[in-house]
Amino acid sequence: MSESVSVRVNGKLVTVPAGATVAVAVLASGAACRASVTGQPRSPLCGMGSCFECRVAINGEPQRRSCQVLCEANMEIEANG
Amino acid sequence: MDSVTNLRFDVAVVGAGPAGMAAALATADSGHTVGLIDDNPAAGGQIWRAAYNSARPAASSIWFDRLNKSAVQVVRGARVFHAAEGELAAESDDSVIQISYGKLILTTGARELFLPFPGWTLPNVMGAGGLQALVKSGLDISGKRVVIAGTGPLLLAVAACASKCGAKVVGICEQTTGAQMARFGLRMMLVPGKAAEAVRFACDLRGIPHWTDCWPIAAFGNRRVETVRISRQGQTSEIECDYLACGFHLIPNVELPRMCGCRLRENFVPVDEYQQTSVPGIYCAGEPTGIGGLELALVEGEIAGYAAANWEDRAKHLFARRARHQKVVRILRDAFPLRPELKNLARPDTLVCRCEDVPHQRLCEHGSWRAAKLHARCGMGPCQGRVCAPAAEFLFGWRIDSVRPPLFPVRCSSLAAIPSHSAPRN
Amino acid sequence: MNKPAEVVIVGAGIVGAACALELSTEGLRVLVVDEGFPSAGSTGAAMGHIVVMDDSEAQFAITRYSQILWDDMREQFPPSVEFDPCGTLWVAADEDEMREVRRKFDYYRERGVNAEILDSQQVRDAEPHLRAPLAGGLRVPGDSVVYPPCAVDFLLHKARALGARVIQGQPVAAIGKGVARFADGTVFAAGFIVNAAGWSAPKLSPGINIKPRKGHLVITDRYPNFLHHQVVELGYLKSAHSLTADSVAFNVQPRKTGQILIGSSRQSGAENSAVDESILSRMLRRAFEYMPDLTVLSAIRAWTGFRPATPDNLPLIGPSPQDRSVLVAAGHEGLGITTSLATAKLICAQILGQRTAIPIQPYLPSRQMAAEAHV
Repeated sequence: MSESVSVRVNGKLVTVPAGATVAVAVLASGAACRASVTGQPRSPLCGMGSCFECRVAINGEPQRRSCQVLCEANMEIEANG
Repeated sequence: MDSVTNLRFDVAVVGAGPAGMAAALATADSGHTVGLIDDNPAAGGQIWRAAYNSARPAASSIWFDRLNKSAVQVVRGARVFHAAEGELAAESDDSVIQISYGKLILTTGARELFLPFPGWTLPNVMGAGGLQALVKSGLDISGKRVVIAGTGPLLLAVAACASKCGAKVVGICEQTTGAQMARFGLRMMLVPGKAAEAVRFACDLRGIPHWTDCWPIAAFGNRRVETVRISRQGQTSEIECDYLACGFHLIPNVELPRMCGCRLRENFVPVDEYQQTSVPGIYCAGEPTGIGGLELALVEGEIAGYAAANWEDRAKHLFARRARHQKVVRILRDAFPLRPELKNLARPDTLVCRCEDVPHQRLCEHGSWRAAKLHARCGMGPCQGRVCAPAAEFLFGWRIDSVRPPLFPVRCSSLAAIPSHSAPRN
Repeated sequence: MNKPAEVVIVGAGIVGAACALELSTEGLRVLVVDEGFPSAGSTGAAMGHIVVMDDSEAQFAITRYSQILWDDMREQFPPSVEFDPCGTLWVAADEDEMREVRRKFDYYRERGVNAEILDSQQVRDAEPHLRAPLAGGLRVPGDSVVYPPCAVDFLLHKARALGARVIQGQPVAAIGKGVARFADGTVFAAGFIVNAAGWSAPKLSPGINIKPRKGHLVITDRYPNFLHHQVVELGYLKSAHSLTADSVAFNVQPRKTGQILIGSSRQSGAENSAVDESILSRMLRRAFEYMPDLTVLSAIRAWTGFRPATPDNLPLIGPSPQDRSVLVAAGHEGLGITTSLATAKLICAQILGQRTAIPIQPYLPSRQMAAEAHV
């Protein structure tokens, strides 16, 4: 099994350790996960699926909590913060 | 529509942190079928989240090995969103899982209390446990400057973790007083095992400034936190940082116990000596019964597991150990009360509800959580008030009284899949 | 006794708030009293659809009158009221329902309500997430949507600016003979008392027939541009009619936040406010039949509310048969938000002894006594 996995965040290639979550990939890319209802950039707060600040679109599916999804090769992640 | 998977267990355990793992393993010994259900990709909860840059601490390895060798069926990535008599409904990425059970053990753990202050919504301001969870999920913070603020021993654990990962921990801001901190240290020394732990901490935290009577006043930055202003023994200063990790106590996850009809007291689940709740056949262990840390969670979980398997004798053997660890609960509670200054950090325009961007001044206009929710929309977002309701309770004294399905946001199709013969519990 | 108000209004829901503003605008001294906080009752659970309905001439008259009043006020609303002139799209599943569409179209057009018949393709164009094929539909562009709790806030705010007083957290024990007595013993004298207590109105005016009819709603996370109109199945009225059986009907609404509100259900005799999983499931499945794409949307909350229902589905607006100083303004079933403003006008006209803008007979509470007398 490989030690790392590569995904795309807003089109940009990001490589993270195997088993890392999508939230980590977004943070590593420098993007914020989402824009709040008044347009503020937001990133993970709780890291454990309670706060919903880490929501991104994964492979076209919106509103996914990225801190609870493991990165898989070639995932397309849209982080709109 | 989703596929529906039906599972049946003699004993279902919800929450695969230490308490849940201990409970599941205790029951499994008896030959009863056991399901251990968790919404994360792996067991371990928060404190035993798999780490990428260091080996698992030996203590947790033993438990994971036992779990892997046992007959416990671990149901991962399954979020319980509904409970009815003898049944749970959980949602996974692609299906609905209906779980029927004979007995239920609730080990749903806790989440962090977040206190609003100006700038707390900036990216890279996160919970102390939140930072630790992300680091364990693969976040690389080597070389990054981290300020850790809040209260309690969790800050030390997070500082140690961050430091081991190569981060520069600029300082630990502990809001309790120096005197209370010293008293806490002395009392903990008297608890078996804690003295050694304290020495380990002292080593890990060598060189890291630890300030008491210290708390964050505001965070600043352009699109992410760059500076935090702190109050330290009456003086204000500013520290540059890349991450600000804030931990102000833990809030027990009692939503599922509440939906199961368990009586609550002061937001915790009271249990008898066998960890049974007010509902026969439903047990609760770990943080939802009282914030008490790892050792207490393990022994409570084990007691609940034995009790659910009708092995009262084995459970009884553990009562003394539980009593010793319950001392920790009291020591923690006494040492780290939240000081009143923390209620005044929020400005009128500081957001309290992050899902709906509702500022403090809009909440001030109302006299109850329900009124504030309806009129200002706080708590109406996807977190269902998990972040803002405890903050509102701390700031305004508002109690949250009811819970309705779904316990978490779920696909509409999952909500429609709740079995129609389920009688609602009140 | 306290200084007399000219009118005491019991209930700070949408009807009470509307009455407070209307009466204050006419220069009357108003006291509004609620056992909880404003909108704590049915109003807080309501969908907020402002819709012209054709179930009967009387229902049409009051919904049309009131809808015009909402439109007249729209420029004044702050953003929190979320007034959205999105219109209603009634959808027909088959030819039978298309006949009903044409009947409705004629009915509305004859009475000056703008409407447009859509064929199968046009209805899909109007709402791309509707399943194909549907027979067609009727678009009524003049209908709109508001967020009821903030609409109440706005109405009470304006009423207060005109001198109205609002007391919260004060249950009312009894009303009549020019006096309102609170549960804590306080007594207010008033020339008139308006009973706008929703489905609790019979407690204060024994003899009126209003029963709670439980409904469920689900709200999703934000999906901007998913839905453009309030979309309702033509079978909705059948559901609204059924006095005893549990029923569901497809009824979805776009909120300005981009969230989708999914309804609707009706149950009579359901006493408690807990979510009933069985009917919730039926309601959602009905919605999926019309809009399959709803299945994958994230549902954040589900809740219940009680519609104050009368046997003939028309509200009670007028003097209590036992006491002419008490005016009942309750029993609006699922049209409380819509008809609140017209109700306020009708109440005000009756208090001031003026002509009502529409015939008042069909809504008078005395009709319930007459009905009983004939049994």
